[in-house]
Amino acid sequence: MAATVNTRRLARAMLTPAVVILFIWMIVPLVLTLWYSFQNYSLLNPANVGFAGWTNYQYFLTDPAFFQAFANTLILTLSVLAITVIGGILLGLLLDQFIYGQGIVRILVISPFFIMPTVAALVWKNMLMNPNYGIFAWIATSLGMQPVAWLETYPLFSIILIVAWQWLPFATLILLTALQSLDEEQKEAAGMDGAGFASLFVYITLPHLARAITVVILIETIFLLSVFAEILVTTGGGPGYATTNIAYLIYHLALLDYDVGGASAGGVVAVILANIVAIFLVRLVGKNLEA
Amino acid sequence: MGKIVLQGVEKHFGDVKVISNVDLTVEDGAFVVFVGPSGCGKSTLLRLIAGLEDVTGGRILIDGVDVTDLPPMKRGLSMVFQSYALYPHMSVRGNIGFGLKMAGLPKDEIARKVEAAAATLNLTQYLDRKPRQLSGGQRQRVAIGRAIVREPKGFLFDEPLSNLDAALRVNMRIEIARLQKALATTAIYVTHDQVEAMTMADKIVVLNAGRVEQVGSPLELYDRPDNLFVAGFIGSPKMNLVGGRIAEGYGAATVGIRPEHLLVGREGDGWRGTISVAEHLGSDTFLYVDVKDVGLVTVRTQGEAGLRTGDSVVLRPDPARLHRFDRDGRAIRAA
Repeated sequence: MAATVNTRRLARAMLTPAVVILFIWMIVPLVLTLWYSFQNYSLLNPANVGFAGWTNYQYFLTDPAFFQAFANTLILTLSVLAITVIGGILLGLLLDQFIYGQGIVRILVISPFFIMPTVAALVWKNMLMNPNYGIFAWIATSLGMQPVAWLETYPLFSIILIVAWQWLPFATLILLTALQSLDEEQKEAAGMDGAGFASLFVYITLPHLARAITVVILIETIFLLSVFAEILVTTGGGPGYATTNIAYLIYHLALLDYDVGGASAGGVVAVILANIVAIFLVRLVGKNLEA
Repeated sequence: MGKIVLQGVEKHFGDVKVISNVDLTVEDGAFVVFVGPSGCGKSTLLRLIAGLEDVTGGRILIDGVDVTDLPPMKRGLSMVFQSYALYPHMSVRGNIGFGLKMAGLPKDEIARKVEAAAATLNLTQYLDRKPRQLSGGQRQRVAIGRAIVREPKGFLFDEPLSNLDAALRVNMRIEIARLQKALATTAIYVTHDQVEAMTMADKIVVLNAGRVEQVGSPLELYDRPDNLFVAGFIGSPKMNLVGGRIAEGYGAATVGIRPEHLLVGREGDGWRGTISVAEHLGSDTFLYVDVKDVGLVTVRTQGEAGLRTGDSVVLRPDPARLHRFDRDGRAIRAA
């Protein structure tokens, strides 16, 4: 008895530094952000400091850029989710078939996930989408068509494409492993029951994948709500606010407009919005994770 | 309806011949059991009939129609898998009705048929449960329900009882046999358990290394095994097989005598030996007798004969029940 008490005490003592550091790490920025969000704190106007009340929130929430950023965040997240889940299922089904060089093909499919977002975005911007020397432009001109200035003409769509390309491997990997865990006898039983390819997919494969799809959606959402590097290196949020999401808007306020108070208010709003989305998601799809 | 005929069926996996030249007729309404040691190809043969594997050669006919190249669903057979292969996300109702739904039957007809099948199998109160909420025996019954609800030409059972505990297995064995008789539907049943084979079958097909060793009723196989393999495989405890000088005395390369056909005495002519182990089961006693020149002989005596380990006994084979085999292992029959 005494031994277990002592062991527990020792364990707690040894855990304490880590917990304390993590706590400070989280709580200090959060409290500071909350504090700044109620202050007049603009680097362009250092004389005007002091308590601001709800002014920062009022400005942020009534800023037309906020609505566009909010819409962009939703469009970006939902589109990338749709592309990666649907594409991931299709790719997973393909990769589940036996082919020669299976291992190499699978590694190639997974590889975009290992490329840093900044690098990936630059590669897309300069090597693929550039209207003068990009590969897409070359394909267009060889087909006798006008090259498209992707990032200028379809900015949000281009960002969606880049981010989806990065996240497709993750979805494929998770869904492929889920597909491989589908019991062979179950497919055979469904075959004996008269299920063709489509029915087999709808009634057997898709329900089996439900949990994996849930995992993909939950994890991707966390990262997709805060996409930043891809926007910074390609469009810089523009043209106008066409590709500004909330994360980028906050960056814009803090480091381009030097409005620390306003940016902090935006940060708090973003945290609240992310939590609302999280609650919705867990309610909506989280039940698949039970049992 | 449901006469299944195999003509020269072959199956190769690469260079490995898993099934070689099987000819077999399963009469309508018969209960046929494929039995054999693991790896003998019995499950593969069943899967060939189901259409889950393609034959390498030969033809499969169901009711006179060549189904060799038809997919599983067009063959009108239904199968019960070893793992049951229930659809985990569907209720029992959904599982049983899935085949009917795929066949495009109207909803009320599906409901009626599912209820009827569930009633037959005592599943009515579980219809809205998921498979994971059921016990092993109940899952087994759902798998059977899924098979019977489609009123197929034949049932295929792939070792359906091997995941159940011993007591339940005996119950399900009886239940399956009774159900099959009641529905009068052809059934092919694969097992490695010869007790299941003996108790359930109208006709047993003994398979060994992809070949049919013998086809016959349980008692035919027990009384008149065609060869050494069948003689050794059917019957429990196993038939005693004796070669050498003693067999030559009977004009054969090997003689076989079942444990229950040896008379045990204390004195007289016969095979003299010592009891090395006596197993007392109450109803029977199994004696393992060490006989010089013969080896360990199993003897089955009824009740308690008062024989103990270390006793010296004389064994006399019943000459009418002695099986003689030639050098190739084939039975020598009196002309």
